[in-house]
Formats: sequence, structure tokens, C-alpha cells
Amino acid sequence: MRVHRVNEARKGPVGVEAWRRGIEGKFQATMQAAATKEAELIARILAGEKELFHELIRPYERMVYLTVLAVVKNEADAEDGAQEAVINAYRHLSSFRAEAKFSTWLTTIAINEGRKRLRRAKGAAEDSLEQKVEEGEGDYTPAPLTDWREVPLEALERKELRQALRKAVADLPDIYRQVFTLRDLEELDTEETAAALGLSQGVVKVRLHRARILLQKQLVPFLKTAAPARKGFFRRTP
Amino acid sequence: MKLDCKHVWEYISEYIDGSLGGKLREDIERHLENCEICSAILDSTRNILILTADDRTFELPVGYGERMHERLKKEIRESASGEKKGPDKS
Repeated sequence: MRVHRVNEARKGPVGVEAWRRGIEGKFQATMQAAATKEAELIARILAGEKELFHELIRPYERMVYLTVLAVVKNEADAEDGAQEAVINAYRHLSSFRAEAKFSTWLTTIAINEGRKRLRRAKGAAEDSLEQKVEEGEGDYTPAPLTDWREVPLEALERKELRQALRKAVADLPDIYRQVFTLRDLEELDTEETAAALGLSQGVVKVRLHRARILLQKQLVPFLKTAAPARKGFFRRTP
Repeated sequence: MKLDCKHVWEYISEYIDGSLGGKLREDIERHLENCEICSAILDSTRNILILTADDRTFELPVGYGERMHERLKKEIRESASGEKKGPDKS
């Protein structure tokens, strides 16, 4: 969990850089090994060892569910949709191209499954509503924290803060929630998110910014006592 | 360049992602060093992202994984038996 990274990072600016580089190096090596193992698994499944699909999908179960949930906003529907998406991925695995990332391919299937369900449930009215949100000026300025002060990160451990965050994410306009889910919950990068949602990278960045600011505004009452993190350490993939 | 707070807010998200270019990033960092309001906004936004990535915030329904693998098992079984039937028909 990243909260531990925050504590590590507080050792000091020089230590932070070395620590960050070390973590990133290890992370990249681990990711590379995982991708190789994944490619081998896919080849074996396609060669006939179908049972291995259980193993292939296991690390992505959570991602598939949350992706479908971000689109349909209903837990029961999200579970059905997630199952359907996984079955679709199994049936169409031979169409997966190795140059793509399996996670991005799977996310696209999950998004499509969610959209299919949404269309079935709501009809065409949804699209015109979405359009209005995108065009609207809106107020995307963050809320200031006037009585902000340093207190321990344990403030983030509070249950009501988690509940408030879940609600605030659920209440985001659909187009912002979908981008936020892929970028900040599933930690896809901008390019992967754009590919999965069929958007340009510029639109992904704008929607992500607005989603984060809207959440910041909603959660300010809960965050007034949250600890500040040292500037500059928490860099993420653009 | 000296930035005002509103200007900094526009770049909060990209600043967190580390996707800003050198000069702009430096200007923002300089502003943050002297502006408690913007620092607090940055930290609160960043804390939301830390909390979002924490698995305990967005939990899966109980039994979700088991149900999914059960369904998958059935699908794999059916697809395997379908393949076996295939040559018989021809």
C-alpha cells in the first residue's frame, strides 16, 4: 500500500530520490518478468492448456470488476458484467496480439461489456447527457483548506474517509469516473486509458484533472487533518 | 515566471503525475514552497490518490472470485467438450 511509501519518503530529499529510483528499478524488473510469464501462459492456453486461463486472469479479477463498475455503477450488474467480460476474453484470446498489453486488451473488453449493459438499461438518453457534462464550463477549482495543519498519516486510516471517497467517486459524472477509475484506481497510464476508452490522451488528462479536483472539493471536510506529503516524491507515469 | 495560485491549480494533476516540463515544474515548486494554501491543496489531492489505490477503499463483493472461477470452469469444460465433438460430426 502506498501509505508506506509516504513514510519512507519522509526520510529526506536526497534519500527520497535514491529511494524512488530504487523502487522504480525493482518495479520495472518485476513488471518485465510478469509480462514474460504472462506471454508464456497465453501461448500455452492457445496451444490447448485451457485450464491455465484461471491463472492468467487471477491478477486482473479486481481490475475487471472495478472497470465494469465504473461504467454501470451497480454492483450486481458489475459482477455479471465482469464474469461476461472474462468469458469473452477466454473465448477471444486467440485475437489478442502480443504487441499489445494484456491488461489494456482486457480493460477494453470490460469497458465494452459495461457500455453494452448500460445501453441496454438506459437507452440512448445517456449519450446526450454525457455530451452536456463534457461541454459544460463547470467549476473545477480546488477547495482551499484554511485550517490545514500537519498531523499523522493515520488520519487516512479512518473508515469514514474511505466511505466518503467511495461515494464521491460514485457521484462523479460518468465520463470523469471512468477515466479516474482506469488511471488512479487501476493505475493504467494515459496512453492505455485513452486506448481503452477510445479517447485522445489530451481528453484523458483533462477529465482526470477535473475528476481529481471534484473529489478534492468533496473530500475537503475529511481531509483537513490529513498529513502533507513532501513535495516532488510522488511522481507517477504520465 | 511568478505564478499565481489559480495558475498552479490548473497544473495540480499533471504535477502529481510528474508529466510537467522542467521550467514550469520548477516555477510550481517555487510557488509551493511559499504558498501554504496551494501546498495543502496538493497534499489533499495526493492523499485522495493514495487512499484510492488502497485496496481496502474499493472492496470486491464477498465470493466474487469464487463465482467467477466457477463460471470460467464451466465455460472451459464446455469449450473442451465442444472441441471433442467437432471431429465426430465431420
